[in-house]
Amino acid sequence: MNRALLILTPSLLLASLSACNPGANRKPQESQLVLTGSSTCAPLVNEIGKRFEKQNPGVRIDVQTGGTSRGISDARSGLADIGMASRNLYDSESALHAFPFARDGICIIVHKTNPIAELSDEDVIAIYTGKKTNWNEVGGGRDAPITVVHKSEGRSTLELFLKYFKLDNTNVKPSVVIGDNQQGIKTVAGNPDAIGYVSIGSASYEAEHGVAIKLLPMKGIVPGLGTVRDGSFPLSRTLNLVTREEPSGLALTFIEFARSAGVHDIIKEQYFVPLAP
Amino acid sequence: MSRSRRDSVLNWTLLCSGSLAGLIVLLIVAFLLIESAPALWRVGAARFFTDASWHPNPVSSRGTFNMLPMIWGTLLAAAGGFILAAPLGILCGVFCRFYASRTLAHVFRRLIELLAGIPSVVYGLWGLVVLVPLIRRLAPPGPSLLAGALILAIMILPTVALTAEAALTAVSHEHLRAAAALGLSRAATVRSVALPAAWPGILTGLLLAIGRAVGETMAILMVCGNVVQTPDSLFAPVRTLTANIALEMAYAMDDHRSALFVSGLMLTAIIVALVALAARFSPERADA
Repeated sequence: MNRALLILTPSLLLASLSACNPGANRKPQESQLVLTGSSTCAPLVNEIGKRFEKQNPGVRIDVQTGGTSRGISDARSGLADIGMASRNLYDSESALHAFPFARDGICIIVHKTNPIAELSDEDVIAIYTGKKTNWNEVGGGRDAPITVVHKSEGRSTLELFLKYFKLDNTNVKPSVVIGDNQQGIKTVAGNPDAIGYVSIGSASYEAEHGVAIKLLPMKGIVPGLGTVRDGSFPLSRTLNLVTREEPSGLALTFIEFARSAGVHDIIKEQYFVPLAP
Repeated sequence: MSRSRRDSVLNWTLLCSGSLAGLIVLLIVAFLLIESAPALWRVGAARFFTDASWHPNPVSSRGTFNMLPMIWGTLLAAAGGFILAAPLGILCGVFCRFYASRTLAHVFRRLIELLAGIPSVVYGLWGLVVLVPLIRRLAPPGPSLLAGALILAIMILPTVALTAEAALTAVSHEHLRAAAALGLSRAATVRSVALPAAWPGILTGLLLAIGRAVGETMAILMVCGNVVQTPDSLFAPVRTLTANIALEMAYAMDDHRSALFVSGLMLTAIIVALVALAARFSPERADA
């Protein structure tokens, strides 16, 4: 009993110490690829990875989420073999190599029962900066206060949204701040007066499966797979795989696989949009 | 094995497990300090209280770090839950010990234990689909300080009730018999004999409860709305320090990430302050 304790004590300490180090510095083996980054890309890349593992026995694809910023910084530092980014690289990141493999769009969603048909960019900005707080003021046809659903700091959806509407996050006056797309959809579906923005992939999937949300068109363009692919939908983005050096070996094989027609069915299944029809 | 040897083995075992528990606490605090050091160093401790707002991400906003609204959010939500749950829980304990029949007390205790065993995410889900829409009808948007306080009250009620009941059960029979011999009514016995005698135990329960209220994350994240602002009414959304960490940690880099560890440090400081406060109110424990 006493000896067990003597063994247990240091191992517990070690365990608590290593638990203190999230994103532990695991050195990937030759037959293993570590991908980290965008939570938008992660489920998709995970599925692609599963098929890749099936076709290449002995290979392990390890996908971890943590946001585009983490993907970029992990690719840069070499913590991950490939980073996942749900936006194009900024100029400051041009030293990295980016390989687009799918597209995604963000759209404004409201509750299904909301009679509003479309909102102008100006109205969206006015709503999110608290200048218009009632559906009456934006042609919503009823007297009800708007519940503004906004994303928390660091999410790439938030970055894209702010950038497109040229908003400063400090001026946004949200009523509710949420984390991931799912929480956003649940919040809007549960509140007839809410407005929010989420990825078109998850929104159209949920709407088709009977969740009480409505996707609003922007500038007359209906959010959908076609308008996202051809880039005509204003709020759309490219999903990228990012590497530090020109990829070679396993990383190159995987990137080519993720960009090939052989995974288009997976991309469509997850309501993202393949680059080529 | 001789008796003295057995004694020393026991002595060492107890010392080891005791210091292990203490060491873990120290390790966690040290870890928090190390992780928050970059933010405290580069941003400076004062800015966590004086900055214009909480917009810590350097890419999507400008890197401002005011945590004060979240400290208020944490304290107010916990205080709200505590104010509701503390009297109710103590009364539950009194009812269970002095007023309920043996069978009823048994069933009642099982129910309270069940309440204690429900995972917090279930409370959160219930709050999100039932409580929040109800509050929205009263005063939009719905996710609010009130929702958080109510959920916390339900969550900490069993802790208060069970410890109060245990403390009341532990009151010595001599006290109760003496009260009966003096001809005191049941109400007077409870008020002037049982409750004062059980007070240290009840206080420990209250401390545990408020600790849980301050530290609760998942349920609060789902019902509070998470807007960083000092609430001006019960119906205003708030963000607590715990929700802040859970919401942003996965996406935080550099100073932002480090600033979230400062949230954790702040949380620890609040708990330490609460324990100190409780020690002051309990003379038996002050010198322990």
